[in-house]
Amino acid sequence: MSSKHLPLWEIFIRSRRGLDHKHIGSLHAADATQAMQAARDTYTRRQEGVSIWVVRSSDIHASQFEDDAAFFDPAADKIYRHPTFYDVPDELKL
Amino acid sequence: MSSAHFEYVQRLGDNALILGQRLSAWCGHSPFLEEDIAMANTALDLIGRARMLYTHAAQLEGSDRDEDALAYGRDERQFGNFLICELPNGDYAFTLLRQYLVDVYHHQLFLALGTSSDPTLAAIAAKAVKETAYHVRRSGDWVVRLGDGTQQSHSRCQLALDELWAYTGELFAGDGIDQAMAAQGIGVDPAQLAPAWSETVANQLKQATLQQPRDEWQAGGGRAGLHTEHMGHLLAELQFMQRAYPGLKW
Repeated sequence: MSSKHLPLWEIFIRSRRGLDHKHIGSLHAADATQAMQAARDTYTRRQEGVSIWVVRSSDIHASQFEDDAAFFDPAADKIYRHPTFYDVPDELKL
Repeated sequence: MSSAHFEYVQRLGDNALILGQRLSAWCGHSPFLEEDIAMANTALDLIGRARMLYTHAAQLEGSDRDEDALAYGRDERQFGNFLICELPNGDYAFTLLRQYLVDVYHHQLFLALGTSSDPTLAAIAAKAVKETAYHVRRSGDWVVRLGDGTQQSHSRCQLALDELWAYTGELFAGDGIDQAMAAQGIGVDPAQLAPAWSETVANQLKQATLQQPRDEWQAGGGRAGLHTEHMGHLLAELQFMQRAYPGLKW
């Protein structure tokens, strides 16, 4: 077996019509066609989905851990950004 | 119900079971994880199909035999699968080329059986045709990848194809049971499937830069229960538990 891996792909599955695609995992494949087939065989064999997206992992740009303080902490004390000042009628189920 | 009808359905099941058994041997041994799962999926599709066909055959027979009795309780001579299904897996090129050649055949066969006058068989065919459409896509994709791949993958593919070609004639050589079932609208005369199969396969081989072998001597005998030397070994593994412990459940 070769120790060289095929490119990594991130797999997104839409579980039902009307819902969003959700990230479900990743796998190795030579190209998009093979990634699609591998995703079908790996992630939809128990009726998990009705649509598949495959994206090369290297095409995803992720936020960095060292940016956490600058990116996310400032939102912690901005409670006025949450729409909590409305009176919600009792009949309305959230 | 005629015994021809029973035999016809049973041997459709035999092809599915024996090829499924061969493919399932790759489980845990495929070249990489994704392939391992995909191969096992295909094997399970085939074994599931065998179960449906055997259950239907057992009902047609009307005896007390069930799907397990047909799968585990018969000897080599009573299996009517094509020889190509029982050939050892060889390397990955051999396995996938064999799979492609049989997948295309099955796809066309089940398309045709969708209009069978036997409603149960037609329903099984309707399910199988969707599965085989995917099987063809998957194995066909691999044939092109490996055939038009590296020098080594190409030469292995060509070698596999040269060896397998002599086993493809049997797919289309119908016997009395095929003729009788075709005449009654239950089954299909396999000779009718040959032109479409040849065209599809020829196009794919061309795309895979593989040289289609010439039609020379063709092996036969599977339908009549005359198998290769590999069949006995396959059945020994497949049937061991039920032979050693009849009626075992788990």
